[in-house]
Amino acid sequence: MNALAIDNLDISYGDSKVTHGIGFNVAEGESFALVGESGSGKTTVLKAIAGMAKSWTGSISVFGAPRSHGIDRGFAKQCQMVFQDPYGSLHPRKTVDATLSEPLAIHGIGDSGARVDEVMQSVGLDRRFRFRFPHQLSGGQRQRVAIARALILKPQMLLLDEPTSALDVSVQAEILNLLKRLRREQGLTYLMVTHNLPVVSFLCDRLAVMRHGRVVEIADVDQLKRGALVDPYSRELTKFSAAHLQN
Amino acid sequence: MATTRDWLLDDSPSSRLQARLGRSYRLSHALARNPLAMVGAIIVLTLILVALFAPWIATHSPIGQDLAMRLKPPSWDNWMGTDELGRDIWSRVVYGARITLMIVALVAVLAAPVGLIVGAVAGYFGGWTDRILMGITDIFLSMPKLILALAFVAALGPGIQNAIIAIAIATWPGYARIARAETLTIRNSEFVAAVELQGASSFRVIVNHILPLCTSSMIIRVTLDMAGIILTAAGLGFIGLGAQPPLPEWGAMISRGRSFILDQWWVATMPGFAIVIVSLGFCFLGDGLRDVLDPKHGDRQ
Repeated sequence: MNALAIDNLDISYGDSKVTHGIGFNVAEGESFALVGESGSGKTTVLKAIAGMAKSWTGSISVFGAPRSHGIDRGFAKQCQMVFQDPYGSLHPRKTVDATLSEPLAIHGIGDSGARVDEVMQSVGLDRRFRFRFPHQLSGGQRQRVAIARALILKPQMLLLDEPTSALDVSVQAEILNLLKRLRREQGLTYLMVTHNLPVVSFLCDRLAVMRHGRVVEIADVDQLKRGALVDPYSRELTKFSAAHLQN
Repeated sequence: MATTRDWLLDDSPSSRLQARLGRSYRLSHALARNPLAMVGAIIVLTLILVALFAPWIATHSPIGQDLAMRLKPPSWDNWMGTDELGRDIWSRVVYGARITLMIVALVAVLAAPVGLIVGAVAGYFGGWTDRILMGITDIFLSMPKLILALAFVAALGPGIQNAIIAIAIATWPGYARIARAETLTIRNSEFVAAVELQGASSFRVIVNHILPLCTSSMIIRVTLDMAGIILTAAGLGFIGLGAQPPLPEWGAMISRGRSFILDQWWVATMPGFAIVIVSLGFCFLGDGLRDVLDPKHGDRQ
């Protein structure tokens, strides 16, 4: 069964259409990347799946069930999102403990003490951080908290919105390793938005290249590594990314 | 002592309580380093103590008349002199602190939560909810506070309770505006999106995630407004629509003293001093709280 199936998806903000006829499938347990330059509509696709961009036509189904145009509790338990900026995605007046217990309280799950402990351990956060406020944490620690918050409801799929682009390089590697390990341990499905192609080669199995709100190519990550992407725009993107890395 | 301090300032608190206490300790510490705020805090604290212990602090009865002693200047016996009915002004000012404190506290308790909730709901839902709620707010906001309060007191009849209700009705729109502005900046942040994605209800998002971030600016604003509230109450008292005689309300006392202001200056001046000092105290405290609590001044906790 596909974890995520998107077909002919048109998303609009007000009167302007942002994406045109997007379609791709993500298998269960797969890690899939949406790449493209800024403004190509990749984050918008993520928002539509999550229920934050509400006006779209076409079809989105998650684990076989069609998505509604909003946020619902059942979906929240299957699929969670990690945001780009760990400085903006944590409530500044809530301790790590409060942030992590909130989803449990929303879904009426008891035993929050033990679950918070467990999830903090699995994302590699020491217990002494539990009652700290976000301003007492580093960027990498904050992103671990954000990942822990996404995982505490035990979802099968994570939507990752450039989860490392706001962090500095050494911390990026830590977070990527963490994401890789979590996926292996918990059999998660990832849908990741990024413009960083090395991150795609490291973490993903397949990718879709987006430009101006359309998918121009869907390829295996092997093709990316061999530089064997077919579409001229994708080739340009890889070339540019390689040149960027050398500088 | 040192160990308590270490426990409070611990970088990795081991319980919710310790984290919360540590935060309040840091805040009060920052407040204590601000001299003006401390002056304000001392004045407000003095006001509260005077109001609490009025019967022990006052030297005379606040309403006992002694016509043989009328309009005496300040002396050892009557520290602030006596008024036209021979009542001791010091004792009246002391008992007046109770009325002032009651007005300020009740207005804050009535107006601040209403403003906070109206503003947060309008800002969070947006669209028509926002337009309707803010339309109502604008109607109230477009009328001068004192005039609005006057109209309500005129309709409800003079008296201290009605003055309090009238002032509260005139005050909440300002709070609703601030809460809405604050909510609009918080509403689109990712931490709100994150709790929404977890399936939180609108009620939960507003109460647990938005209101806690609005309260600090609300506390600042209410404290700064206290001076205005005291002045409005005194103004109502002055024109005879607030506290009724023989209640020792400061504004009413000034109004009575007006007729003798040239020959017996102390009758109107002493309650005037009380109003000025208490208003200043609230302003200083409010300014200090803003320096400590306002997130726009950097998160220096």
